[in-house]
Amino acid sequence: MKAINTFSLKIPSRSTNESFARVAVASFAAQLDPTVEEISDIKTAVSEAVTNCIVHAYANTIGDIYINCAILPEKRLRIKIKDKGCGIEDIKQAMEPLFTTAGGERAGLGFAVMESFTDNLKVRSTLGKGTTVTMEKRISVRENV
Amino acid sequence: MPVNIHSVGEVLTVYLEGEIDHHAAKGMREEIDAAVEFNMPSLLILDFDRVTFMDSSGIGLVMGRYKNLQKSGAKLNLSNLPPNIYKVMKLSGIEKLAKIDKGEN
Ligand SMILES: Nc1ncnc2c1ncn2[C@@H]1O[C@H](COP(=O)(O)OP(=O)(O)OP(=O)(O)O)[C@@H](O)[C@H]1O
Ligand SMILES: [Mg+2]
Repeated sequence: MKAINTFSLKIPSRSTNESFARVAVASFAAQLDPTVEEISDIKTAVSEAVTNCIVHAYANTIGDIYINCAILPEKRLRIKIKDKGCGIEDIKQAMEPLFTTAGGERAGLGFAVMESFTDNLKVRSTLGKGTTVTMEKRISVRENV
Repeated sequence: MPVNIHSVGEVLTVYLEGEIDHHAAKGMREEIDAAVEFNMPSLLILDFDRVTFMDSSGIGLVMGRYKNLQKSGAKLNLSNLPPNIYKVMKLSGIEKLAKIDKGEN
């Protein structure tokens, strides 16, 4: 699939970068002329994936988070968020709503949010090596006013 | 400060502000918990009118407060949720546990 435009970003897993990451992706997506709701969906989904890198992948350390975005034909935005952290043992179980290994203040709904706020979600992970989350969002075609 | 707190009688209202993500949630949680511990309300109202962004960390924040309030039998209301915040919140099923109102817009 040939990308029309792309950008890549590497940031350390510091919680201050959660807002930076979602704003960066939202700014890039702006060229697709998304609605306010679509922008909000993108920000929320990115925030979930980046927070998971910070909270889970690099739980007791600081590591690199790689973000890669591509604009594909037919107003589609593909977002890849990758870490080289601890990996996920059972992806299917991890993606179940309310499942969390963190307990306490975590709802276990991050993947559920990503799933419902994008059009496609794929998770690849290898224990001890890291995790890559790929999301795709279709931006609606609107009449110019 | 990302929270503003008002206590009248047994009702404690916390006006949340700005973006609720994992980074911001910790400070908000500490302020809410301190106010609940001090005022011992029978109703906690979390007001989302001035919240501009929220992800599942915000759901965790709300569910965590709900669990704490249950210990004393206090109730929780969520008020003035903007559309984008409501869209995230409703995934949690919290509507079965706490009263939600979406505000005017
Ligand atoms: N990048 C990652 N690296 C390692 N483990 C992960 C990663 N992302 C998710 N997980 C695992 O999958 C589980 C579910 O993730 P999900 O985002 O759905 O919930 P959560 O992060 O636990 O809670 P919430 O997102 O609601 O705050 C996590 O508890 C964690 O065990
Ligand atoms: Mg999560």
